[in-house]
Amino acid sequence: MDYGFDFSFLSGFWPDLLKGTWLSIKMSALSLVLGFLVGVALAVARTEGGNFLKKIAAAFVDLIRNTPLVVQTFWLFFGLAAIQIRVPAFYAAIVALTINTSAYTCEIVRAGIDSIHKGQKEAAACLSLSKGQILGYIVLPQAVEKMYPALISQFVLMMLATSIMSQISAQELTAIGYQIQSETFRGFEVYLVIAVIYLFLSWLLRLVMNLCHDLAFPRKKRMNESSKK
Amino acid sequence: MIFGITYNQWFFVLRGAGWTIVLSLLGFAGGTIAGLPLAVARASKHRLLRELSGLYVKLIQGIPLPVMMFIVYFGISIAGYDLPALVAAGLAMTFYSSAYLGEIWRGCIESIPVTQWEASNCLAFNTLQTLAYIILPQAFRVAIPPTVGFLVQIVKNSSYAVVIGFFDLTYSARVINNSTFKPFAVFTVAALIYFIICYPLSLLSYRLEKKLKNKTN
Repeated sequence: MDYGFDFSFLSGFWPDLLKGTWLSIKMSALSLVLGFLVGVALAVARTEGGNFLKKIAAAFVDLIRNTPLVVQTFWLFFGLAAIQIRVPAFYAAIVALTINTSAYTCEIVRAGIDSIHKGQKEAAACLSLSKGQILGYIVLPQAVEKMYPALISQFVLMMLATSIMSQISAQELTAIGYQIQSETFRGFEVYLVIAVIYLFLSWLLRLVMNLCHDLAFPRKKRMNESSKK
Repeated sequence: MIFGITYNQWFFVLRGAGWTIVLSLLGFAGGTIAGLPLAVARASKHRLLRELSGLYVKLIQGIPLPVMMFIVYFGISIAGYDLPALVAAGLAMTFYSSAYLGEIWRGCIESIPVTQWEASNCLAFNTLQTLAYIILPQAFRVAIPPTVGFLVQIVKNSSYAVVIGFFDLTYSARVINNSTFKPFAVFTVAALIYFIICYPLSLLSYRLEKKLKNKTN
């Protein structure tokens, strides 16, 4: 094997890489927030909704969780194009990622809701809190807090999955990599660099999610600190 | 013609489905061979072994599978081999599934009480014997439900092999869509085939998990 590794192409392409990275971050952040909101709504529908609503939500979750994201994305993107609706790849990607993530988030949050003791709901009802208040103030905050580690893993997986959106010509990091590869014929080096950027992004996402945890659930942080003393 | 797509074209999609199954099996076999030692290393008492295997897992779990496909694909070609995309996809799937299976199985090994290790130590079993005769057979039972569940992930994520042009279900569906431009029909059927493969596995995993829970309680 007489192959000389050469990373000098980086000097000319780093603005492109930066632009791709930024697009990947934007795509992940938007889909994360939207996916979380839709996922929580689905989880509420699956636990508190009527019989019909429960069944619809369950069928949706099963369908999404047992088919690949790529096929869902193609279905949406090419399907919309076939009925003459032109959507930029970026927005189609966000919709596909939101739908996909919401199904997984739903299952995680639902497990959290199921783990809350019935007595808490009864106590809240005794204090004459409405059904919405019980959900919003008692059940959901605890459910999300309990399942937070699982949510972090799920969102990291989603961030990594944005890399497939190059297939519908969204100009995110992996697409930029392919473009550089086709100009320099240094595919191996290009994707090694891209892999390092993704590693950095997953580290960054975990960091941000942990910061959000401390902001959203200060109680646990205080408890940990007081137990250390 | 069904939905404006000829029988031959549907057959083409089905052939892709066959290759999806082949790639999934390959990924699972490779993931098992590499994942089992990884799980043992992750659960071992030696700090170096634990940290090295942990680093591998962190690395693989922080890189998207499509990017891994590219790295393996271009890596093989600069090493001077001209191998089919199946090999590159299979290798990338092996890296991917070994990291996740290793983590799943580590949890199963660690769920076996320490007293089992101590007792077999008292009976003068060495580490390898303890693993082979005492720990792994017990961990195996705990490992089945999550492993079946992970098979679903393998089947679904094998679709990422489209990025390197591997002829699987997703790829064949896209080819047919490009020539017929009936995306709803083609991709609905492709999704349905994935669903038919994955849903029974999901159900089985769920049932097995419930059964195991009832037994241990």
